[in-house]
Amino acid sequence: MSLLVLLGTMAIAIVRLNRLFAVVILFDIFSLLSAALFVSLGAVDVAFTEASVGAGITTILLLGALSLTSKRQRQISWKRHLPAILITVAIGILLLFGLSDLPRFGDPEAPAFGPLYSRYVFGSPHEIGIPNMVTSILASYRGYDTLGETTVIFTAAVTVLGLMVRGSGARTWSGGGMDHHLILRINSKLMLPLILLFALYVQFHGDYGPGGGFQAGVIFAGGFILYCLVFGLESVQSFAPAGLVRVLCACGLGLYILTGLCGMLLGGNFLDYNVLAHDPLHGQHLGIALIEIGVGTTVAASMFAMFHAYAGYEPQA
Amino acid sequence: MIDAGNMVYWVVVLLMMTGLYVVLASSNLVKKVVGLNIFQTSVFILYISLGSVSGGTAPIHVEGVTNYANPLPHVLILTAIVVGVATSAVALALAVRIHDAYGSVEEDLIEKQETEQA
Repeated sequence: MSLLVLLGTMAIAIVRLNRLFAVVILFDIFSLLSAALFVSLGAVDVAFTEASVGAGITTILLLGALSLTSKRQRQISWKRHLPAILITVAIGILLLFGLSDLPRFGDPEAPAFGPLYSRYVFGSPHEIGIPNMVTSILASYRGYDTLGETTVIFTAAVTVLGLMVRGSGARTWSGGGMDHHLILRINSKLMLPLILLFALYVQFHGDYGPGGGFQAGVIFAGGFILYCLVFGLESVQSFAPAGLVRVLCACGLGLYILTGLCGMLLGGNFLDYNVLAHDPLHGQHLGIALIEIGVGTTVAASMFAMFHAYAGYEPQA
Repeated sequence: MIDAGNMVYWVVVLLMMTGLYVVLASSNLVKKVVGLNIFQTSVFILYISLGSVSGGTAPIHVEGVTNYANPLPHVLILTAIVVGVATSAVALALAVRIHDAYGSVEEDLIEKQETEQA
């Protein structure tokens, strides 16, 4: 309840403010609050993703865009406000009418808890053999959806690189780091191994608890981004050159598709993991692990490549 | 129609209106992206609250528990969040390029330049 009130307050504050830096930081808090709300609604995987993506990567990208554009919004005239208010209120009233048709919050008889729900919730422990139902739906039952979404992320990374990187992109940028701050330097060096270890844990523990390729990829990229922010972009060139990161974007997606094709070659359908090993349950384990690694690689590499594109961008005169 | 249980839906509508308003009323392209993200979050909350059930736990199988939240909306929203950040990145990249070309990300200033050129 108090979370909901705070969420509403943040959103209204964002509307009122013209200083964009404050808007971005408030949006960061807004994301963290919504992550807390997702935990309280039982959606731990979603909360995990929202906390790492919404509060982490989105904020960094927004700040990157702010540093390359303007820091303030101009005053808006009432000519712009009035139609916007009218449209918003009209749509709000329509939505409120629609609310009365929704099932009661938390109603176990709601249409969302039909046969499909029973199949996923009570079938998955026997058919897939892993406790986390979100992972089994994500990677196995609805593998096609996830393939599509991984492709979208890959495409977005390609688009951002195409828009923002000129030439080979190998040009290094220095002087922007913060390595003259002793505390930042020592702390980020201490944190980095822990962040990467945590990312690996999230990646491989996704079958048993909240986590999986999407979250792990973002956390992995987050670790590298922290290092870049403190030590400058060129410091990661030696172990994560721009070219390698771009190849990895494609490799993850490739691994996903290859896993699907392996299922076809072994006599099953595309993305059918039952045929990957002698025992269907082992096949499911293997298939899910492989495609989660694929997703993790693509997400980590794409996020890092996008950050790199923003940070290394030089405005044209 | 108003009761504490359905409070989540009311907040969803409020957030959706706020997001829409920011997209419509602000002239700064970066702020529009923030508005779009608020709008998006409201849809996420709607999906997750439709999938939650009173007394249900997180959808991770434990012996003896039969009341779980619906995992399907969780899957859809989890991937939607990551896709959302990817599309936001593209939008912001476009804003940065627009800033390069016009020296501003304010819609009205860009439009003024366009009309002067024409």
